[in-house]
Amino acid sequence: MSSELARPGLWTRAQRGSVERLHIRLESLLVLLALAAVMAALSPYFLSFSNFLNILLATSTIGILAIAATFVISAGGLDLSLGSVMGLSGVAGAFVTVNLGVPWGLGVLACILTGALAGTVNGQLVTRALVPAFIVTLGMLGIARGLALVISGGRVIYGLPPELLYLGQGRPFGIPMPVVIFVATAIVAHCVLAYTRFGRHTLAIGDSEGAARAAGIRVDRHRRVLYTLSGALAGLAGMLFMARINSGDPTAGLNYELTAITAAIIGGTNLFGGRGSILGTMIGALIMGVLQNGLNLLAVQSYYQQMAIGAVLILAVFIDQYQIRKETRS
Amino acid sequence: MTLLRLSGIRKSFGAVQVLHGVDLDVGRGEVVGLVGDNGAGKSTLMKTITGIHRADAGEIEFEGRSILDLDPGQRRALGIEMIYQDLSLARQQDVASNIFLGREPTKKWFGIIPGIVDRAAMDRQAAEMIRRLGAHLPAMNRAVGSFSGGQQQTVAIARALTFDPKLVIMDEPTAALAVREVQGVLDLIRRLKSEGIAVILISHRLNDVLAVTDRIVVLRHGRAAADLETARTDMNEVVACIVGGSGAQAAAAHEGRGAAT
Repeated sequence: MSSELARPGLWTRAQRGSVERLHIRLESLLVLLALAAVMAALSPYFLSFSNFLNILLATSTIGILAIAATFVISAGGLDLSLGSVMGLSGVAGAFVTVNLGVPWGLGVLACILTGALAGTVNGQLVTRALVPAFIVTLGMLGIARGLALVISGGRVIYGLPPELLYLGQGRPFGIPMPVVIFVATAIVAHCVLAYTRFGRHTLAIGDSEGAARAAGIRVDRHRRVLYTLSGALAGLAGMLFMARINSGDPTAGLNYELTAITAAIIGGTNLFGGRGSILGTMIGALIMGVLQNGLNLLAVQSYYQQMAIGAVLILAVFIDQYQIRKETRS
Repeated sequence: MTLLRLSGIRKSFGAVQVLHGVDLDVGRGEVVGLVGDNGAGKSTLMKTITGIHRADAGEIEFEGRSILDLDPGQRRALGIEMIYQDLSLARQQDVASNIFLGREPTKKWFGIIPGIVDRAAMDRQAAEMIRRLGAHLPAMNRAVGSFSGGQQQTVAIARALTFDPKLVIMDEPTAALAVREVQGVLDLIRRLKSEGIAVILISHRLNDVLAVTDRIVVLRHGRAAADLETARTDMNEVVACIVGGSGAQAAAAHEGRGAAT
């Protein structure tokens, strides 16, 4: 019988091939290309190398948060505190370098450790206190933002040392430093998720917690590591953002989790866990970046951009769910 | 020679005590049937062996060593495998990922970066294992959730057998299978026995249990109510032990109608 079955169509084979070899969704890549084509047609400034770097620079912060979101969501979790923790980390880093006068290197460390600490608290509460991740990280969203405002006294902290500024504004070989760090982080993260045991176990836990436990994977410990990693990445994003805007802003990263989670979902991360790839998420992040960049070039008010991002998130999840329903029916 | 020895295993979930001090021995290469009514504690008992549940009291020895302090991964490494009733597969992952879940072979990249999963070795060994089981799967690189029930079970069995187990626990392996597939599982159990691998078979299908086991242990109300040699017992006795006293005859007659003899 099986020999009589038609070979899968070209589209199906291309889809499977791209998923298996490159860990991306073909649809999202096509959406990115189509979006870029539309923007190029609408704006003469879109297709240029400097604008390409602009998009990457604007995407770098969101992109790092989206990496964090991909790890946590593909393991069946959720981290809504990404934007707030990013803001808190930037303020913490600026506070210790400017107000306490510690060397810039320790300032960088302070950003990442602050994020990691917030993530560790999230992980402990999710795996030990058994509070749902949605609630824990929603609570942390409020706590981290409030703490950032408390530390900074509600004011922006100015006066960062020049070495820190280089991390945000430096351009080795003409490429913005945040882009360098973002791309390097993405490459490492992609390899970790796609090719290491840690990555395979992350997906397995999101797929079936019971199967992962039965296989001897220490599920709770793995989850705690993921939340800590997520927080540390938010801290890294906070450090880069702080260095780029040359100050510790307690409102930095407001609503960024919305864009980051959207990027991850568009990139093919299953909202309920079990599937996800950093390469896919990077395409998702670029879609968000091109969308924002294009709307900027077309001088669309930022209020509308917020609406566009929200709509894209709902649309992406709708399409994902629609496809899953279609697959399980056939 | 005793491979596994349970003594005085107790387990409660909250106020509900499920196991009231169970004793059970399994010898090397022995096939033991574990039967009992729903809620008798069969699955709970097995999960205390694999380490998913921690026994409240009692001792578990494997090859003469206490394994109480070991986690599920460490117990698997000693050679204790379980095929769960729900199969416990990661449905969105492919065949090799499931078979090697938790035990992925690794290699180095460029000779320096360690911990990289060796996909090629995994795929090769997974295909070899499926072939040895005499099974056919539609595709090795597709999510196992898209497979039929029997095909998914093939993956679960392959996972249990790939790392040379000494004891395989099967929880209702034939419950969801077609008739032809049931014979396949029973043949597999006989083959494991011939290779010196011990099997604990949990099943409601007493015909299957009587057909392949050496011994049948009946669990009732969280205790080992009977330990019967399969060659010297029959359907009536087993059913009587399961239901205990009243109603035994009617129940035995009902079960017996399905028997081949």
